[in-house]
Amino acid sequence: MSQAAANKKNRPKYLNLTALLFEIRLPLAGWVSILHRISGALLFVGTLWLLFMLDRSLASARDFAFVVHYLHLWPVKLALLVLIWAYCHHFCAGIRFLLLETQRGWDKKSARLSSIVVLIAGVALTIVFGARLW
Amino acid sequence: MVSRIVVGAHYGWRDWLAQRVTAVIMALYSVILAAVLLLGQPINYDVWHGLFAQGWMRVATLLFAVSVAWHMWIGVRDILMDYVKPVGLRLVLQVLVVVVIAAYLGWTVQILWR
Repeated sequence: MSQAAANKKNRPKYLNLTALLFEIRLPLAGWVSILHRISGALLFVGTLWLLFMLDRSLASARDFAFVVHYLHLWPVKLALLVLIWAYCHHFCAGIRFLLLETQRGWDKKSARLSSIVVLIAGVALTIVFGARLW
Repeated sequence: MVSRIVVGAHYGWRDWLAQRVTAVIMALYSVILAAVLLLGQPINYDVWHGLFAQGWMRVATLLFAVSVAWHMWIGVRDILMDYVKPVGLRLVLQVLVVVVIAAYLGWTVQILWR
């Protein structure tokens, strides 16, 4: 314990805003991870809006037409694209984490490769669903 | 170094497992819904309404919604535990999150069975 305390004292502190923003660079797996968290938080907030649209779209043919019209407004499109990306990224990154937890892909090369695959797949799926919507 | 008493507490393993089981349920539902959306007929009101009028779809969607609610609670709770240190504020936020998630779930049931 005293040894640990001594080590702690000698360790340089390097966590300031400049370091966090410009100097410490996340490895790809780190990006997958923090984006998993950010996309999860976005989905928690976005669910309110998604439920609103599900509610309206199922209410009546007239309300459905309203939702379709609403979805063609560009800020709405943009916001929905962000949520679609959040869902797709969260989905892909989640599968990666499940595989890692079953002890698959632990070596540096596979971990890096799977990070790239997840980052690209999230965007690719967003394009596929975005294209289907409009 | 680890000196905790491992009796009478769960230490999060149940939440950990629930998060993964709900993730698998949501993933399966997502794949089915994505297949319907991408491969099925173009979506108009009749197709959309007809899809959610079927019993299996309502039950599957409810199962999905319950999984989302549970998974969301664990995830948002983790975020709050990581970034919000004052206990009082964290408690208030956690209660708010529970209320919001319960409302989401209630609304979903209302949408599905009206």
